Amino acid sequence: MSGEDLARSGRVSFGGIVREVSLACLPEAQPGEYVLVHAGLAIGSIDEEEAERVFRYLEELGEIE
Amino acid sequence: MKYLDEYRDPEAARRYAEALTRTVTRPWTLMEVCGGQTHAIVRFGIDRLIPPEVTLVHGPGCPVCVTPVELIDRAVQIASTPGVIFCSFGDMLRVPGSRGDLFGASAAGGDVRAVYSPMDAVAIARRNPDRQVVFFAVGFETTAPANALSVARAAQEGLENYSILVSHVLVPPAVEAILSSPSNRVQGFLAAGHVCTVMGYREYEPLASKYRVPFVVTGFEPLDLLQGILMCVKQLEEGRYEVENQYSRSVEPEGNRQARDLVSSVFQVVSRQWRGLGSIPSSGLGLREPYARFDALARFGLTEGSQEESSECRAGEVLTGVLRPEDCPAFGRSCTPETPLGAPMVSNEGACAAYYRYRRMEEPCPSN
Repeated sequence: MSGEDLARSGRVSFGGIVREVSLACLPEAQPGEYVLVHAGLAIGSIDEEEAERVFRYLEELGEIE
Repeated sequence: MKYLDEYRDPEAARRYAEALTRTVTRPWTLMEVCGGQTHAIVRFGIDRLIPPEVTLVHGPGCPVCVTPVELIDRAVQIASTPGVIFCSFGDMLRVPGSRGDLFGASAAGGDVRAVYSPMDAVAIARRNPDRQVVFFAVGFETTAPANALSVARAAQEGLENYSILVSHVLVPPAVEAILSSPSNRVQGFLAAGHVCTVMGYREYEPLASKYRVPFVVTGFEPLDLLQGILMCVKQLEEGRYEVENQYSRSVEPEGNRQARDLVSSVFQVVSRQWRGLGSIPSSGLGLREPYARFDALARFGLTEGSQEESSECRAGEVLTGVLRPEDCPAFGRSCTPETPLGAPMVSNEGACAAYYRYRRMEEPCPSN
Protein backbone atom coordinates (compact mmCIF):
# COMPACT_ATOMS: atom_id res chain seq x y z
CA MET A 1 0.00 0.00 0.00
CA SER A 2 1.17 3.55 -0.68
CA GLY A 3 1.99 6.03 2.07
CA GLU A 4 -1.30 7.84 1.45
CA ASP A 5 -3.32 4.64 1.68
CA LEU A 6 -1.65 3.65 4.95
CA ALA A 7 -2.21 7.09 6.43
CA ARG A 8 -5.90 7.40 5.47
CA SER A 9 -8.05 8.01 8.52
CA GLY A 10 -11.49 9.19 9.50
CA ARG A 11 -13.45 10.38 12.50
CA VAL A 12 -15.71 7.72 14.00
CA SER A 13 -18.38 8.29 16.61
CA PHE A 14 -18.60 5.59 19.28
CA GLY A 15 -22.02 6.43 20.67
CA GLY A 16 -21.08 10.12 20.86
CA ILE A 17 -17.37 9.84 21.63
CA VAL A 18 -15.44 10.74 18.48
CA ARG A 19 -12.04 9.19 17.79
CA GLU A 20 -9.69 9.19 14.87
CA VAL A 21 -9.68 5.74 13.26
CA SER A 22 -7.41 4.37 10.55
CA LEU A 23 -9.17 3.53 7.27
CA ALA A 24 -6.12 1.84 5.73
CA CYS A 25 -8.03 -1.47 5.47
CA LEU A 26 -11.40 0.01 4.47
CA PRO A 27 -10.65 2.29 1.50
CA GLU A 28 -14.26 2.27 0.31
CA ALA A 29 -15.68 3.57 3.63
CA GLN A 30 -18.01 6.55 3.22
CA PRO A 31 -19.17 9.18 5.71
CA GLY A 32 -22.33 8.07 7.47
CA GLU A 33 -21.51 4.36 7.35
CA TYR A 34 -21.35 2.09 10.38
CA VAL A 35 -17.95 0.45 10.72
CA LEU A 36 -16.41 -2.23 12.92
CA VAL A 37 -13.33 -0.86 14.68
CA HIS A 38 -10.69 -2.84 16.53
CA ALA A 39 -7.67 -1.27 18.25
CA GLY A 40 -8.00 1.95 16.27
CA LEU A 41 -8.39 0.33 12.84
CA ALA A 42 -11.64 -0.08 10.88
CA ILE A 43 -11.77 -3.75 9.85
CA GLY A 44 -15.21 -3.96 8.28
CA SER A 45 -18.48 -2.19 7.64
CA ILE A 46 -21.99 -3.24 8.67
CA ASP A 47 -24.20 -4.56 5.89
CA GLU A 48 -27.66 -3.10 6.56
CA GLU A 49 -29.56 -5.83 4.78
CA GLU A 50 -27.73 -8.63 6.52
CA ALA A 51 -28.24 -6.83 9.83
CA GLU A 52 -31.95 -7.60 9.58
CA ARG A 53 -31.29 -11.31 9.15
CA VAL A 54 -31.23 -12.01 12.89
CA PHE A 55 -34.87 -10.89 13.06
CA ARG A 56 -36.02 -12.38 9.75
CA TYR A 57 -34.66 -15.75 10.92
CA LEU A 58 -36.94 -15.63 13.95
CA GLU A 59 -39.93 -14.88 11.75
CA GLU A 60 -39.05 -17.75 9.43
CA LEU A 61 -38.88 -20.07 12.44
CA GLY A 62 -42.33 -18.85 13.49
CA GLU A 63 -43.76 -19.76 10.09
CA ILE A 64 -42.59 -23.34 10.28
CA GLU A 65 -44.78 -24.32 13.24
CA MET B 1 -27.55 3.28 19.34
CA LYS B 2 -28.10 1.59 16.04
CA TYR B 3 -27.05 -2.02 15.51
CA LEU B 4 -26.66 -2.60 19.24
CA ASP B 5 -29.83 -2.39 21.36
CA GLU B 6 -31.86 -4.30 18.82
CA TYR B 7 -29.66 -7.32 19.41
CA ARG B 8 -30.45 -7.25 23.13
CA ASP B 9 -34.22 -7.44 22.80
CA PRO B 10 -35.47 -9.75 25.59
CA GLU B 11 -38.59 -10.86 23.70
CA ALA B 12 -36.59 -11.99 20.69
CA ALA B 13 -34.15 -13.72 23.05
CA ARG B 14 -36.97 -15.63 24.65
CA ARG B 15 -38.26 -16.74 21.25
CA TYR B 16 -34.79 -17.98 20.29
CA ALA B 17 -34.56 -19.91 23.55
CA GLU B 18 -37.95 -21.48 22.86
CA ALA B 19 -36.90 -22.43 19.32
CA LEU B 20 -33.83 -24.10 20.79
CA THR B 21 -35.93 -26.06 23.26
CA ARG B 22 -38.12 -27.32 20.42
CA THR B 23 -35.11 -28.25 18.28
CA VAL B 24 -32.95 -30.13 20.74
CA THR B 25 -33.51 -33.88 21.29
CA ARG B 26 -30.29 -34.91 23.05
CA PRO B 27 -27.26 -33.38 24.86
CA TRP B 28 -24.74 -31.38 22.86
CA THR B 29 -21.52 -29.63 23.90
CA LEU B 30 -20.57 -26.46 22.05
CA MET B 31 -17.50 -24.28 22.43
CA GLU B 32 -17.37 -20.56 21.85
CA VAL B 33 -13.79 -19.72 20.98
CA CYS B 34 -13.60 -16.01 21.66
CA GLY B 35 -13.17 -14.49 25.12
CA GLY B 36 -15.43 -11.61 24.15
CA GLN B 37 -18.19 -14.13 23.48
CA THR B 38 -17.50 -15.83 26.84
CA HIS B 39 -17.99 -12.52 28.61
CA ALA B 40 -21.23 -11.80 26.76
CA ILE B 41 -22.56 -15.30 27.54
CA VAL B 42 -21.82 -14.99 31.25
CA ARG B 43 -22.89 -11.34 31.51
CA PHE B 44 -26.24 -11.79 29.73
CA GLY B 45 -26.86 -15.25 31.21
CA ILE B 46 -27.12 -16.90 27.79
CA ASP B 47 -25.99 -20.20 29.31
CA ARG B 48 -29.00 -20.05 31.64
CA LEU B 49 -31.47 -19.10 28.95
CA ILE B 50 -30.77 -22.10 26.74
CA PRO B 51 -32.16 -25.60 27.44
CA PRO B 52 -30.07 -27.77 29.79
CA GLU B 53 -29.26 -30.24 26.98
CA VAL B 54 -26.95 -27.64 25.44
CA THR B 55 -23.67 -27.17 27.31
CA LEU B 56 -21.39 -24.27 26.46
CA VAL B 57 -17.69 -24.62 27.20
CA HIS B 58 -15.25 -21.75 26.95
CA GLY B 59 -12.32 -21.75 24.57
CA PRO B 60 -8.83 -20.25 24.42
CA GLY B 61 -9.83 -17.09 22.59
CA CYS B 62 -8.14 -14.74 24.99
CA PRO B 63 -4.83 -13.57 23.54
CA VAL B 64 -3.77 -12.01 26.84
CA CYS B 65 -4.42 -15.34 28.58
CA VAL B 66 -2.32 -17.39 26.16
CA THR B 67 0.69 -15.07 26.08
CA PRO B 68 3.59 -17.13 27.53
CA VAL B 69 4.90 -16.20 30.97
CA GLU B 70 8.35 -15.71 29.46
CA LEU B 71 7.06 -12.96 27.20
CA ILE B 72 5.49 -11.17 30.17
CA ASP B 73 8.91 -11.39 31.86
CA ARG B 74 10.61 -9.93 28.75
CA ALA B 75 8.00 -7.15 28.67
CA VAL B 76 8.74 -6.32 32.31
CA GLN B 77 12.47 -6.43 31.57
CA ILE B 78 12.15 -4.07 28.59
CA ALA B 79 9.79 -1.75 30.46
CA SER B 80 12.32 -1.53 33.28
CA THR B 81 15.11 -0.47 30.90
CA PRO B 82 15.99 3.23 31.33
CA GLY B 83 14.77 5.46 28.51
CA VAL B 84 12.16 3.02 27.22
CA ILE B 85 8.52 4.01 26.80
CA PHE B 86 6.57 0.74 27.00
CA CYS B 87 3.07 0.81 25.53
CA SER B 88 0.44 -1.86 25.93
CA PHE B 89 -3.28 -2.60 25.91
CA GLY B 90 -4.54 -1.90 29.42
CA ASP B 91 -5.46 -5.40 30.46
CA MET B 92 -1.89 -6.67 29.99
CA LEU B 93 -0.67 -4.54 32.87
CA ARG B 94 -1.70 -6.89 35.67
CA VAL B 95 -0.97 -10.21 33.99
CA PRO B 96 1.44 -12.00 36.32
CA GLY B 97 4.87 -12.91 35.04
CA SER B 98 7.22 -15.09 37.07
CA ARG B 99 8.60 -12.05 38.89
CA GLY B 100 5.93 -9.36 38.86
CA ASP B 101 3.88 -7.59 36.22
CA LEU B 102 3.99 -4.45 34.08
CA PHE B 103 2.03 -2.52 36.67
CA GLY B 104 4.81 -3.30 39.13
CA ALA B 105 7.43 -2.18 36.58
CA SER B 106 5.57 1.11 36.30
CA ALA B 107 5.40 1.49 40.08
CA ALA B 108 9.17 0.92 40.19
CA GLY B 109 9.73 3.86 37.84
CA GLY B 110 9.34 2.37 34.35
CA ASP B 111 7.49 4.49 31.75
CA VAL B 112 4.58 2.14 31.03
CA ARG B 113 1.60 3.56 29.13
CA ALA B 114 -1.76 1.95 28.43
CA VAL B 115 -2.87 2.72 24.87
CA TYR B 116 -5.98 1.96 22.86
CA SER B 117 -4.20 1.30 19.57
CA PRO B 118 -0.69 0.52 18.29
CA MET B 119 -1.09 3.73 16.26
CA ASP B 120 -1.01 5.60 19.58
CA ALA B 121 2.38 3.97 20.26
CA VAL B 122 3.62 5.05 16.81
CA ALA B 123 2.52 8.62 17.59
CA ILE B 124 4.48 8.44 20.87
CA ALA B 125 7.53 7.23 18.90
CA ARG B 126 7.12 10.17 16.51
CA ARG B 127 7.00 12.65 19.40
CA ASN B 128 9.96 11.09 21.27
CA PRO B 129 12.67 10.41 18.66
CA ASP B 130 15.36 10.05 21.31
CA ARG B 131 13.60 7.25 23.19
CA GLN B 132 12.91 3.62 22.38
CA VAL B 133 9.16 3.06 22.15
CA VAL B 134 7.96 -0.53 22.40
CA PHE B 135 4.41 -1.78 21.82
CA PHE B 136 3.25 -5.12 23.26
CA ALA B 137 1.66 -6.60 20.16
CA VAL B 138 -0.67 -9.18 21.65
CA GLY B 139 -3.67 -10.53 19.79
CA PHE B 140 -5.43 -12.89 17.45
CA GLU B 141 -6.07 -12.22 13.78
CA THR B 142 -8.40 -9.33 14.66
CA THR B 143 -5.56 -7.22 16.03
CA ALA B 144 -2.90 -8.30 13.52
CA PRO B 145 -3.89 -5.71 10.87
CA ALA B 146 -3.51 -2.82 13.33
CA ASN B 147 -0.13 -4.16 14.50
CA ALA B 148 1.00 -4.73 10.91
CA LEU B 149 -0.08 -1.20 10.02
CA SER B 150 1.94 0.25 12.89
CA VAL B 151 5.11 -1.47 11.65
CA ALA B 152 4.43 -0.57 8.00
CA ARG B 153 3.97 3.09 8.94
CA ALA B 154 7.02 3.15 11.20
CA ALA B 155 9.09 1.66 8.36
CA GLN B 156 7.72 4.18 5.88
CA GLU B 157 8.38 7.16 8.15
CA GLY B 158 11.81 5.92 9.25
CA LEU B 159 10.74 5.64 12.91
CA GLU B 160 13.66 3.41 13.87
CA ASN B 161 12.98 3.99 17.59
CA TYR B 162 9.71 1.98 17.34
CA SER B 163 9.55 -1.77 17.92
CA ILE B 164 6.94 -4.38 18.82
CA LEU B 165 7.08 -7.29 21.24
CA VAL B 166 5.15 -9.89 19.26
CA SER B 167 2.69 -12.29 20.85
CA HIS B 168 0.36 -13.04 17.96
CA VAL B 169 -1.63 -16.25 17.80
CA LEU B 170 -4.01 -17.79 15.25
CA VAL B 171 -7.39 -19.37 15.96
CA PRO B 172 -7.67 -22.36 13.56
CA PRO B 173 -4.53 -24.15 14.89
CA ALA B 174 -5.84 -23.78 18.46
CA VAL B 175 -9.20 -25.20 17.40
CA GLU B 176 -7.45 -28.12 15.72
CA ALA B 177 -5.36 -28.73 18.86
CA ILE B 178 -8.59 -28.98 20.86
CA LEU B 179 -10.32 -31.22 18.29
CA SER B 180 -7.36 -33.58 18.00
CA SER B 181 -7.03 -34.05 21.76
CA PRO B 182 -8.15 -37.54 22.88
CA SER B 183 -10.17 -35.99 25.73
CA ASN B 184 -12.10 -33.62 23.47
CA ARG B 185 -15.85 -33.37 24.17
CA VAL B 186 -16.63 -30.39 21.93
CA GLN B 187 -19.14 -31.29 19.21
CA GLY B 188 -19.71 -27.88 17.59
CA PHE B 189 -18.02 -24.48 17.50
CA LEU B 190 -19.12 -20.89 17.55
CA ALA B 191 -16.33 -19.26 15.57
CA ALA B 192 -15.13 -15.80 16.57
CA GLY B 193 -17.01 -13.14 14.61
CA HIS B 194 -14.37 -10.43 14.65
CA VAL B 195 -11.49 -12.73 13.78
CA CYS B 196 -13.57 -13.85 10.80
CA THR B 197 -14.35 -10.26 9.81
CA VAL B 198 -10.64 -10.05 9.01
CA MET B 199 -9.87 -13.63 7.91
CA GLY B 200 -13.14 -14.87 6.47
CA TYR B 201 -14.15 -18.45 7.27
CA ARG B 202 -12.72 -20.61 4.51
CA GLU B 203 -10.02 -22.06 6.79
CA TYR B 204 -12.67 -23.78 8.94
CA GLU B 205 -14.01 -25.82 6.03
CA PRO B 206 -11.19 -28.42 6.09
CA LEU B 207 -11.57 -28.68 9.89
CA ALA B 208 -15.33 -29.20 9.61
CA SER B 209 -14.86 -32.06 7.12
CA LYS B 210 -11.87 -33.67 8.78
CA TYR B 211 -13.39 -33.78 12.28
CA ARG B 212 -17.07 -33.82 11.18
CA VAL B 213 -17.85 -30.85 13.42
CA PRO B 214 -20.11 -27.88 12.57
CA PHE B 215 -18.80 -24.29 12.79
CA VAL B 216 -21.05 -21.24 12.99
CA VAL B 217 -19.38 -17.84 12.69
CA THR B 218 -21.10 -15.91 15.49
CA GLY B 219 -21.31 -12.33 16.73
CA PHE B 220 -21.25 -10.97 20.26
CA GLU B 221 -24.67 -9.61 21.14
CA PRO B 222 -27.20 -11.84 22.93
CA LEU B 223 -29.30 -12.43 19.80
CA ASP B 224 -26.17 -13.22 17.77
CA LEU B 225 -25.10 -15.83 20.31
CA LEU B 226 -28.57 -17.35 20.53
CA GLN B 227 -28.94 -17.52 16.77
CA GLY B 228 -25.43 -18.99 16.44
CA ILE B 229 -26.20 -21.64 19.07
CA LEU B 230 -29.50 -22.48 17.36
CA MET B 231 -27.86 -22.81 13.93
CA CYS B 232 -25.15 -25.04 15.41
CA VAL B 233 -27.61 -27.27 17.29
CA LYS B 234 -29.76 -27.59 14.16
CA GLN B 235 -26.71 -28.83 12.26
CA LEU B 236 -25.94 -31.35 14.99
CA GLU B 237 -29.54 -32.59 15.14
CA GLU B 238 -29.58 -32.95 11.35
CA GLY B 239 -26.18 -34.67 11.21
CA ARG B 240 -24.59 -31.85 9.20
CA TYR B 241 -21.07 -30.49 9.71
CA GLU B 242 -20.77 -27.34 7.63
CA VAL B 243 -19.42 -23.87 8.12
CA GLU B 244 -22.27 -21.36 8.43
CA ASN B 245 -22.22 -17.61 8.97
CA GLN B 246 -24.51 -16.09 11.59
CA TYR B 247 -22.58 -12.80 11.70
CA SER B 248 -23.24 -12.01 8.05
CA ARG B 249 -23.70 -8.29 8.70
CA SER B 250 -19.93 -8.11 9.32
CA VAL B 251 -18.36 -11.26 7.92
CA GLU B 252 -17.82 -12.26 4.31
CA PRO B 253 -16.44 -15.66 3.24
CA GLU B 254 -13.07 -14.17 2.22
CA GLY B 255 -12.91 -11.61 5.04
CA ASN B 256 -11.21 -8.25 4.53
CA ARG B 257 -8.76 -8.53 1.62
CA GLN B 258 -6.82 -5.31 2.40
CA ALA B 259 -6.37 -6.35 6.02
CA ARG B 260 -5.20 -9.85 5.13
CA ASP B 261 -2.73 -8.53 2.52
CA LEU B 262 -1.34 -6.01 5.00
CA VAL B 263 -0.85 -8.72 7.62
CA SER B 264 0.85 -11.12 5.20
CA SER B 265 3.18 -8.42 3.91
CA VAL B 266 4.47 -7.66 7.42
CA PHE B 267 4.05 -11.00 9.24
CA GLN B 268 4.68 -14.67 8.50
CA VAL B 269 3.28 -17.80 10.17
CA VAL B 270 5.55 -19.26 12.89
CA SER B 271 5.18 -21.80 15.68
CA ARG B 272 4.22 -20.35 19.05
CA GLN B 273 4.02 -21.25 22.72
CA TRP B 274 0.55 -20.87 24.21
CA ARG B 275 0.40 -20.29 27.95
CA GLY B 276 -1.47 -23.25 29.39
CA LEU B 277 -1.55 -25.22 26.13
CA GLY B 278 2.12 -25.62 25.20
CA SER B 279 3.71 -25.31 21.77
CA ILE B 280 1.43 -25.47 18.71
CA PRO B 281 3.10 -25.55 15.26
CA SER B 282 2.26 -22.84 12.73
CA SER B 283 0.00 -21.18 15.27
CA GLY B 284 1.34 -17.65 15.44
CA LEU B 285 2.81 -14.71 13.62
CA GLY B 286 6.34 -13.30 13.55
CA LEU B 287 7.80 -10.37 11.63
CA ARG B 288 9.03 -11.02 8.09
CA GLU B 289 12.69 -10.39 7.28
CA PRO B 290 12.27 -6.86 5.81
CA TYR B 291 10.68 -5.80 9.13
CA ALA B 292 12.79 -7.94 11.49
CA ARG B 293 14.49 -4.85 12.91
CA PHE B 294 11.14 -3.85 14.44
CA ASP B 295 11.09 -6.94 16.66
CA ALA B 296 11.65 -5.81 20.26
CA LEU B 297 13.39 -9.04 21.32
CA ALA B 298 15.99 -8.47 18.57
CA ARG B 299 16.14 -4.73 19.31
CA PHE B 300 16.99 -5.36 22.96
CA GLY B 301 19.14 -8.44 22.38
CA LEU B 302 16.83 -10.83 24.23
CA THR B 303 15.59 -14.34 23.63
CA GLU B 304 12.17 -15.60 24.61
CA GLY B 305 13.51 -18.04 27.23
CA SER B 306 11.41 -20.53 29.16
CA GLN B 307 9.81 -20.33 32.55
CA GLU B 308 7.93 -22.48 35.03
CA GLU B 309 4.27 -21.74 35.60
CA SER B 310 2.57 -21.41 39.00
CA SER B 311 1.36 -24.93 39.80
CA GLU B 312 -1.77 -23.69 41.51
CA CYS B 313 -3.01 -21.95 38.36
CA ARG B 314 -5.08 -24.22 36.10
CA ALA B 315 -5.43 -21.84 33.19
CA GLY B 316 -4.69 -24.54 30.62
CA GLU B 317 -7.74 -26.55 31.70
CA VAL B 318 -9.92 -23.44 31.72
CA LEU B 319 -8.74 -22.37 28.27
CA THR B 320 -9.60 -25.75 26.72
CA GLY B 321 -13.03 -25.90 28.33
CA VAL B 322 -12.17 -28.80 30.64
CA LEU B 323 -12.49 -26.89 33.92
CA ARG B 324 -15.08 -24.25 34.75
CA PRO B 325 -13.55 -21.23 36.52
CA GLU B 326 -15.94 -21.54 39.46
CA ASP B 327 -14.78 -25.14 39.99
CA CYS B 328 -11.14 -24.14 40.40
CA PRO B 329 -10.13 -24.36 44.09
CA ALA B 330 -8.26 -21.06 43.86
CA PHE B 331 -11.18 -19.13 42.31
CA GLY B 332 -12.10 -16.14 44.44
CA ARG B 333 -9.72 -17.28 47.17
CA SER B 334 -6.01 -17.07 46.36
CA CYS B 335 -6.91 -15.96 42.83
CA THR B 336 -8.78 -12.68 42.28
CA PRO B 337 -8.40 -9.87 39.72
CA GLU B 338 -6.25 -7.96 42.23
CA THR B 339 -4.09 -10.99 43.04
CA PRO B 340 -4.33 -13.17 39.92
CA LEU B 341 -2.52 -16.50 39.72
CA GLY B 342 -2.81 -16.49 35.96
CA ALA B 343 -4.00 -14.47 33.01
CA PRO B 344 -7.66 -15.63 32.67
CA MET B 345 -8.51 -13.89 35.95
CA VAL B 346 -7.13 -10.55 34.86
CA SER B 347 -7.78 -10.23 31.15
CA ASN B 348 -11.03 -8.62 30.07
CA GLU B 349 -11.49 -11.60 27.76
CA GLY B 350 -10.54 -14.19 30.36
CA ALA B 351 -13.16 -16.75 31.39
CA CYS B 352 -12.22 -16.56 35.09
CA ALA B 353 -12.58 -12.78 35.04
CA ALA B 354 -16.03 -13.15 33.45
CA TYR B 355 -17.24 -15.51 36.17
CA TYR B 356 -15.70 -13.40 38.93
CA ARG B 357 -17.31 -10.25 37.62
CA TYR B 358 -20.81 -11.54 36.85
CA ARG B 359 -21.41 -14.63 38.99
CA ARG B 360 -19.34 -14.29 42.16
CA MET B 361 -22.11 -12.78 44.30
CA GLU B 362 -24.42 -15.74 43.84
CA GLU B 363 -24.66 -17.89 46.93
CA PRO B 364 -25.55 -21.58 46.60
CA CYS B 365 -29.06 -22.40 47.88
CA PRO B 366 -28.97 -23.46 51.54
CA SER B 367 -30.01 -27.07 52.03
CA ASN B 368 -32.86 -27.83 54.46
